[in-house]
Amino acid sequence: MKLRKLIVAGSLIASSLTTQLALAADTIKVGVLHSLSGTMAISETTLKDTVLMMIEEQNKMGGLLGKKLEAVVVDPASNWPLFAEKTRELLAKDKVDVIFGCWTSVSRKSVLPVIEELNGLMFYPVQYEGEESSKNVFYTGAAPNQQAIPAVDYLMNDIGATRWVLLGTDYVYPRTTNKILEAYLKSKGVKDADIMINYTPFGHSDWQGIVSDVKKFGSAGKKTAVVSTVNGDANIPFYKELGNQGISAEDIPVVAFSVGEEELSGFDTKPLVGHLAAWNYFQSIETEANSEFIASWKKYIKDDKRVTNDPMEATYIGFKMWAKAVEKVGTTDVDAVEQALIGVTVPNLTGGTAVMNPNHHLSKPVFIGEIQDDGQVEVVWQTPDTVRGDAWSDFLPSSKNLMSDWTPPMSCGNYDVSTGKCAGKM
Amino acid sequence: MTLIKALLKLTLISVSLSAPLKAAEFENFESAVSELPQTDFKTLPALLEGIAELDDPRISALLKHLSDGEVYFLKSDKKVFYVVDQADGSAQIVDVLSGDKVADIEKKQLNKVKTNNSIRKGIGQLQAQLNINHPDPDIRLTAAREMLADVSRMSDKRLKSRLDKESDGDVLEVLTLISALKQFTQDDTESQFAALEQLDSTLEPDVRQVLITASLDTENYAPEVLAKIKDTMASIDNQRNLYSYAENIFFGLSLGSVLLLAAIGLAITFGVMGVINMAHGEMIMLGAYTTYVIQQWFPNLIEYSLLIAVPAAFIVSGTVGIIIERSVIQFLKGRPLETLLATFGVSLILQQLVRTVFSPLNRQVIAPEWMSGSWQINPVFSVTFNRLYIIVFSLVVFFMLLIFLKKSALGLHVRAVAQNRDMARALSIRSNWVDAATFGLGSGIAGIAGVVLSQLTNVGPNLGQAYIIDSFLVVVFGGVGNLWGTLVSAMTLGVLNKFLEPLTGPVMATIIVLVGLVFFIQKRPMGLFPQKGRAVE
Repeated sequence: MKLRKLIVAGSLIASSLTTQLALAADTIKVGVLHSLSGTMAISETTLKDTVLMMIEEQNKMGGLLGKKLEAVVVDPASNWPLFAEKTRELLAKDKVDVIFGCWTSVSRKSVLPVIEELNGLMFYPVQYEGEESSKNVFYTGAAPNQQAIPAVDYLMNDIGATRWVLLGTDYVYPRTTNKILEAYLKSKGVKDADIMINYTPFGHSDWQGIVSDVKKFGSAGKKTAVVSTVNGDANIPFYKELGNQGISAEDIPVVAFSVGEEELSGFDTKPLVGHLAAWNYFQSIETEANSEFIASWKKYIKDDKRVTNDPMEATYIGFKMWAKAVEKVGTTDVDAVEQALIGVTVPNLTGGTAVMNPNHHLSKPVFIGEIQDDGQVEVVWQTPDTVRGDAWSDFLPSSKNLMSDWTPPMSCGNYDVSTGKCAGKM
Repeated sequence: MTLIKALLKLTLISVSLSAPLKAAEFENFESAVSELPQTDFKTLPALLEGIAELDDPRISALLKHLSDGEVYFLKSDKKVFYVVDQADGSAQIVDVLSGDKVADIEKKQLNKVKTNNSIRKGIGQLQAQLNINHPDPDIRLTAAREMLADVSRMSDKRLKSRLDKESDGDVLEVLTLISALKQFTQDDTESQFAALEQLDSTLEPDVRQVLITASLDTENYAPEVLAKIKDTMASIDNQRNLYSYAENIFFGLSLGSVLLLAAIGLAITFGVMGVINMAHGEMIMLGAYTTYVIQQWFPNLIEYSLLIAVPAAFIVSGTVGIIIERSVIQFLKGRPLETLLATFGVSLILQQLVRTVFSPLNRQVIAPEWMSGSWQINPVFSVTFNRLYIIVFSLVVFFMLLIFLKKSALGLHVRAVAQNRDMARALSIRSNWVDAATFGLGSGIAGIAGVVLSQLTNVGPNLGQAYIIDSFLVVVFGGVGNLWGTLVSAMTLGVLNKFLEPLTGPVMATIIVLVGLVFFIQKRPMGLFPQKGRAVE
């Protein structure tokens, strides 16, 4: 009895192995490098599923270049050095043609040297601090000028804020973003005394003192706004404390760059209602493409309550762009696809089209929304036109002379305009 | 040239912000309401100003529903309705003009009249003007305090008639402040002095703001008035500092009480039994998830869910604790390194188990009504209810545990086994059984801590990780095996942290406390309250 089972199982494995071998020759391999365990699993699992859904849809339409797409999913387990190892594994062992992956900046920085050494191609779908442009990476999330700066503009011009609190979690994204914002605010004539900056550790849960400081800072008679780059998990105790200490969005609005629909679905949204979020995509935006995307996502994940969010749209756009570029050049060769990607356009889910610029960043619209009690976000403001992603911020002294252009003759990620030189690998 | 242009623009903006938009004029409520569907964020404020100038009993309901986001209009013929969501998930649709319930309209056919923060703020101010004569004193108080921000919006006549009629003490106080502020802006030194006398003891931030602006205004105020302003402000700031000191102590105690709850279970398993239990954090996490499950099972009992969850979490975490003790820890007695590794493994297993059962996403635990909000003692000092309850609750748990260990038979056995296992066994105490019960007790209390933490932080698989280090710190600092030490050390660490935080920022504060602890342990390896006597060996 047992023996027979073993034989059956063995032959099954053997047959599946041979079919895989037979398939391998005529499939295009897509690497998925998102953490499926550890602290970041909460956000990254969704993106893995998004890529798998896109692959399934593409295969239903006949694949690419007459070949089927095949996903190679690895789990870097929220462990930054493991991201580099897994990238090497994907590129050297599995020989994938493209990678969709990473969430945190530190994981991206860990992947960077490997992907440049082995000349891979990666799409990075999350909003980040900028100050980077690699030949091998395409950034489909927002750069600071596509999220942070428009949000501050909105608060300044439409809400009339003149006093600013910059709150952030203590790591590279908030630190850089706040540096850029501080420089930007000062360029607009905001005084030092009207800016308060505060950093908290990851997962900070005791916000009493800070919220009370914000309250005191905000009671100086000038309209005060909080710009929050507080990372996912620490947000709920922060907003709860705001609610409990009686600070409403009408008194001191908080605009957050890390709170989207996905995060809100785990929150008790009562204390958040009316506070703001700035993204390039909201689930609530009514377009035909968006409702189709939402419906197919709910069907794919088999859960009617799941939501869509901005990094998912960034993944969607990245995938579509890659597919379009591959079809254009008729090969998956990294150098050819990299050049073909520049200038590719894909319709946004929110209307209009996204364009891949020579600096490997997108042109996208920016939306500001108010959080509703059902966990959705209602748009209250949007940029009149798309905003071109800027790899190097104009507001930081170290990067204001730098620009990135990966088309010949420049072909450089950090060209210094003042010296006329390419600073080399970044 | 461009500078001048920019300046002009700036002044224009500030003018348009400070002066209320020119109110639109309407014949009656009906014609005003019919305009609502055509508005956007720019035109809505003027429309509302216009509505507020009408004399119609339906205005205050309209403003209220508008600020709650409950005003919709039919896509087809632009008729305006209130859509109020009911507790059972359905929506009650009411005609704005007639007040009749409408049954044959679906929510899908309606569009919302959108508002944003600044419009809701404007609505709040309009409501304040309407509500200043409201029969409910609480609503009058809110309205009066809203007026304090800009006293020019309340006419002298209205203020006087209200002052004469007002019977409620709190409202009267705010009204007096309004009248003093009005007096203060008058252009004669005499009345300015008189006003300052009255403003001397108030803590309202709006009053302080007026004084700050005035103290910089050397043109309109005489030097002797300016000196008096300075005195008044000094007296106000003195009081404010005092209260901010009190606030810091409260914050510290509240952080301390959370640390105490998280650590007190460990004080038993680690302190009394000597087991290094790395899965302690996961016991806390299980307690938090128990709260979540209770809220899912009894959606109608949210207000009581925490009261049900406390015993439930104790049982769940306690049972898991006993299972761990029986299946792993008892075989590793006296081998601390192996225990540490094994319990670390158990903690990873529990985390992944929760990820598989509940998904890696955070779960939403609702805060009951009585846990939200704050107790406003005065305008600059308020105490949030959830923190207040948690301080009280942590002390109750602490003393119950203390009494249990001191007075009950099982408590006696626990202490006996902890002090001298062989002697206890010789006196016919079943030490194995006592070990299991002690471990279950410590784990159960960790579960109770989880119920409390579900009200403060995220309920997710990593919840326990955030508290395990802190818990060990508290126990080691307080002195292993001493419950009173745990109490003192938790409160000390909490208050210390909160007093350092404003000076150094939360990141540095944690580092300073940690480094301080390292030095302290060097000096006194046994903690604040070392155990004495032969039992130590």
